[in-house]
Amino acid sequence: MSNAGKQQNHEIAIQTQGLLKQFASVRAINNLSIALPREGITSIVGPNGSGKSTLINLLSGTLPIDEGLVIIEGMSLRAILPYDSPTHGITRTFQEVRLFDQMTVLDNLLVILTKREVFGSLFEPPRASYRNRARQLLDSVGLWDKRQDLAENLSYGQRKLLEVSRALAMDVQIYLFDEPFAGLFPAMLERVKGLLEELRRERKTIIFIEHNMDLIRQLSDYTFVLDSGELLAEGEVREVLGKPEVIEAYLGT
Amino acid sequence: MQEKPAAESQLWRSLSDPRFLWTRLSGNIELLINLIVVVATIVFILSQGPGFGIRIAQLFAIFAILAVSLNLLIGYTGLLSLAHVAFFGMGAYSVAILTTGAAYEQVPGHIPHFGLSFFAALFVGMAFTGVVALFVGGVLSRFRDDIFVLVSVGFAVISHRIFLFWQPVTRGPFGIHAIAKPEVGGMVIDGELEFLFLTLAFLVIVFLISWLIVRSSFGRVLMAIREDEQAIEVFGYKARYFKLTIWIISAMMAALAGGITASEQTFIDPMSFLLLESILLVCIVILGGLGTLWGSLLGALVFVLLNEGMRFVPFLPGELVGQARLAILGIVIVLLMLFRPQGLVGRFKL
Repeated sequence: MSNAGKQQNHEIAIQTQGLLKQFASVRAINNLSIALPREGITSIVGPNGSGKSTLINLLSGTLPIDEGLVIIEGMSLRAILPYDSPTHGITRTFQEVRLFDQMTVLDNLLVILTKREVFGSLFEPPRASYRNRARQLLDSVGLWDKRQDLAENLSYGQRKLLEVSRALAMDVQIYLFDEPFAGLFPAMLERVKGLLEELRRERKTIIFIEHNMDLIRQLSDYTFVLDSGELLAEGEVREVLGKPEVIEAYLGT
Repeated sequence: MQEKPAAESQLWRSLSDPRFLWTRLSGNIELLINLIVVVATIVFILSQGPGFGIRIAQLFAIFAILAVSLNLLIGYTGLLSLAHVAFFGMGAYSVAILTTGAAYEQVPGHIPHFGLSFFAALFVGMAFTGVVALFVGGVLSRFRDDIFVLVSVGFAVISHRIFLFWQPVTRGPFGIHAIAKPEVGGMVIDGELEFLFLTLAFLVIVFLISWLIVRSSFGRVLMAIREDEQAIEVFGYKARYFKLTIWIISAMMAALAGGITASEQTFIDPMSFLLLESILLVCIVILGGLGTLWGSLLGALVFVLLNEGMRFVPFLPGELVGQARLAILGIVIVLLMLFRPQGLVGRFKL
């Protein structure tokens, strides 16, 4: 709130106005008004329970919005239905990896690439273009050799990579990554970092939740700090993370 | 890195760890199961004569159509439906009612006669069932998981009640008899063998359509819905419409099986369409394996063999056969779930 003027320098991808989400008596997101920059990597940080995941769930339509507005590309939305989120140019990954477990690695991507209409998909012949795209995506995360394995048989890191590549398969403007680095070994971590940086080069909107301060410093162009569902601070990463109220929120919780 | 000769360590593990041996063999176990079931069928039919073989095959074909279509819902889409018997019954009653001729005017408590041919009645019955399935599916799509199962049970029970109590149309407990046989090019198909070929032809069509569906992009979406409906929606799929579509297709296939059964038996009454039939069908699908069409054929075959074979168990008194069938089937399912939860040839868990 204190730095509201800074965002004027950025083109805006998503804006929220008075966003509110309540679980029982807890306001997970409390009257939140922020503007996420259109280009570059934006991190959302905050202590556990500060509403980071809830924010992503609201923006992707995974959870219904209680009150407030989400403005995407000049369109004001009071509600976002999950299956409409791609038409708003949004895709996401989940904090707890949610793959289609009893499907092959290849099918996990093909299902994202094929037609979305009931009858279109029913009468669609298998296309080489889908397979080529899937191969390209799987190659980029080193999983092409595993394409016939069931997703449930992958290691944790591989599952995380597959989920990221599934989001990349969507080819939209806005990517919401919910803790994409959590629990990854250094080699896999570098790979995911590379994918995010590549999206940045393609001038996409990349928003990620992270707890690791080193990663936040390395990757983010811009940072939002949430606490108890409210905006604590925002701005350039070094500046924001040095603020006393931010340090206090982390150490105090 | 520890280095061990691969073959030796595998052999050692197979001997010391039965679970490892089991996984090494499981590919062959599927083959073994296939062989056992097919050989058992052939031996059984040969020992009982061709008439019995035709009867077994006819039952198998009907159960196979029902199991394959139900597997589209349970195995591929993750919709554990117990309403299948309702659509089966709707198909049967449609054919029974629509083919009744003027002879029914003489019967006390007669029903209106339409006098349609078998194929016309079958077509109308399937279309009618599709429309009903659209509405029922619309209601069911509001529910998930265990509530979905319960509501589908409710629908199966309601439909049985309608068959039983809507006497002006269904003749209630009296049932409908003299149901028409199919006619192809002026020739009535009333021989058991000819009827079997007709049924098998329908089974082939149902199997092919189902195979094309599960192989399509549409089928892949169904499986994704089974795995994580909320996740697939985030990627732009309206899961509800996909579920509704496969629900209607599956219901119409069940109606097809019902229509054929009505004509084959020439008599139906509400007792053939109890909830128990739905439960048996779910058992067949699980027995064969979820998400495998071939498994459903195998499941139907095993079920029919168990069912018909029981009467030849020497020490079993005749009046207990009916009860023992269900008991045996129950035991088989329990054993299967304990030792092979993916079914005879399946890969997936519910």
